[in-house]
Amino acid sequence: MRTLSALVLTLAGSLAAACGSHTQAPRWSSIDSGAAPASTQDIEVPPPPFSEGVFPCTDCHDPELPFNPKPRKLQMAHQDIVLQHDAEHRWCLDCHSATERDKLHLASGELVDFTESYKLCGQCHGDKYRDWRAGVHGRRSGMWDGHKSYLLCVNCHNAHSPAFKPLQPKPPPPRPHGGDQ
Amino acid sequence: MSQHESNAHSSPGCGAHACNCAGESEAELLEVPLTDGPIDPEIEAATRREFLCIVAGCAAALTVGGCSEITHTNFFQKRFRELGPEERASVIAGLEKEYSERFGKAVTVSTQPAREDVQFGYALDISRCIGCRRCVYACVKENNQSRDPQVHWIRVLEMDKEAGIDFEHANAYYDAETVPRPGHFYLPTACQQCDNPSCVKSCPVGATWKEPDGIVVIDYDWCIGCRCCMSACPYGARHFNWTDPSLPSEEMNPETHYLGNRPRMKGVVEKCTFCVQRTRQGRYPACVEVCPVGARKFGNLSDPNSEIRYILEHKRVFVLKNELNTRPRFFYFYGL
Ligand code: HEC
Ligand code: HEC
Ligand code: HEC
Ligand code: HEC
Repeated sequence: MRTLSALVLTLAGSLAAACGSHTQAPRWSSIDSGAAPASTQDIEVPPPPFSEGVFPCTDCHDPELPFNPKPRKLQMAHQDIVLQHDAEHRWCLDCHSATERDKLHLASGELVDFTESYKLCGQCHGDKYRDWRAGVHGRRSGMWDGHKSYLLCVNCHNAHSPAFKPLQPKPPPPRPHGGDQ
Repeated sequence: MSQHESNAHSSPGCGAHACNCAGESEAELLEVPLTDGPIDPEIEAATRREFLCIVAGCAAALTVGGCSEITHTNFFQKRFRELGPEERASVIAGLEKEYSERFGKAVTVSTQPAREDVQFGYALDISRCIGCRRCVYACVKENNQSRDPQVHWIRVLEMDKEAGIDFEHANAYYDAETVPRPGHFYLPTACQQCDNPSCVKSCPVGATWKEPDGIVVIDYDWCIGCRCCMSACPYGARHFNWTDPSLPSEEMNPETHYLGNRPRMKGVVEKCTFCVQRTRQGRYPACVEVCPVGARKFGNLSDPNSEIRYILEHKRVFVLKNELNTRPRFFYFYGL
């Protein structure tokens, strides 16, 4: 532990005042950060946050409703969906499978369940995905030394307009008596 | 920042205002009834606190905070750390009984010790925090803080993006329809669990110390309420119970730890313990699990595969007031 705290100290050194300054990459790294995350089989996530009644998609997207690859303003359904996610370059079927509507697809064509939508996001946001796997971006709960569950990217980011939405803050603390702030 | 917590810039040490009352205490010292026979335990407890208060030269706290009725402590109880297994069991059984009766539910008081292979560390991503204060209230709930008057262990400071980190001009009282407010960033503070804790050094009675896993704890039954630690802490992280804490039974969290979230009394100091009652069981602190932006990270610094080590190794990390050499276990980082 002694070594660790010494190193941590070095790392944190002189940063307190200047928050804009860069630290040098620590030399004591023992983790191979470049390594791709291990198997994702063991990732526990909550159920995808679908609106009520929308899943399975194939309730409507059956053979009688053929897919339509043409980018257009949707008239008959999903009018509430606004694409604000690199919209000029993107259309629904870049992410949603045309023929298996209950699934997403990667660039390779590989199908992915909604419970693994992070694989889709990870294709374009590899850095965030790596941090998420490590428990640094996003959030995990459970045991710090054992079983954990992850929030999906889409628990925090709407896949169609992913900017994090502002929240109403909880009340401020009471001001101390006589305080003038 | 508030009046009595604005000592953020005073240098560590116990020379500050709160403890400078040696002059007045001399006369009072003579009034202290020094008994050596057994008397009513309530009086004894109060007496011990009073006596030690004055010995410590902190009579000011006495007159304001005062000495509450503490039914379980007695004059001869050793400090928690020195209790043998049997004595400890009996103290705990007494507390559990007292709390269970008071709150009308089965309250447990754990004494689970630190695990040998564990060094706790915390990291907060200030590029994500939006200042929503969910953590503040999750902490109050988990840790049985007083609801009236409100005691908050976490304080979220709003700062100007232009100005950068500047405690002098930080605002803890911001309110808005939504956060983040444009042009601002947020820096939540709480106990930094320093490896070189000025609070511990300032305590005249040894009522606060650092545990082997890194958590700085307080024995509320040994605390005399002199508030030396509060003026020594450069982070304003310690809070004093000026009155009897109020904690409605239905809101009381019955899973407690002796050194953590068990109910406190008037006249003692309290602060964040990294949720010792949860984290010693392997769970994440309450604030970590509630944070909607996922800015709060916690884990074992000794474990090379922990998220906390990943952060120290891969992110830009800093500590608050590094120049004071307090060596915090609480890191801030940029997750971007
Ligand atoms: C960047 C990839 C991506 C694009 C582009 C995209 N989606 Fe999605 N969509 C997703 C993901 C991922 C989910 C799953 C969200 C969840 O798990 O709740 C989703 C969910 C949905 C849902 C269910 C929504 C709900 O209310 O629960 C519908 C409907 C949908 N998409 C339709 C569309 C349509 C129509 C378009 C084009 C206008 C589109 N999507 C474009 C990734 C995408
Ligand atoms: C209530 C019926 C209904 C449900 C349920 C439904 N859709 Fe649709 N969806 C439609 C209709 C109708 C259209 C055609 C809209 C148009 O052309 O204006 C459509 C269009 C789409 C499109 C645009 C591309 C295309 O093939 O026309 C996507 C993508 C899509 N749906 C995805 C989904 C996903 C993903 C789900 C499940 C999460 C889902 N839908 C559930 C009715 C539905
Ligand atoms: C095909 C590539 C691609 C995929 C797949 C993709 N994104 Fe993106 N994403 C982008 C691009 C490009 C941008 C930047 C342009 C923009 O902000 O519109 C972006 C921006 C973002 C942003 C920043 C938005 C902002 O306004 O600050 C978030 C958050 C995000 N994506 C989350 C996700 C999530 C979650 C998923 C999975 C559901 C995902 N992305 C899937 C390409 C992708
Ligand atoms: C606990 C909630 C949470 C989860 C889960 C989460 N994010 Fe984020 N993410 C955030 C917040 C908060 C931000 C900062 C957003 C902002 O400023 O708009 C962010 C920012 C981003 C950005 C914008 C770039 C940046 O660094 O600000 C991208 C891209 C992104 N997230 C992708 C992902 C992907 C991909 C996943 C899943 C692998 C994911 N996020 C999971 C909360 C989350």
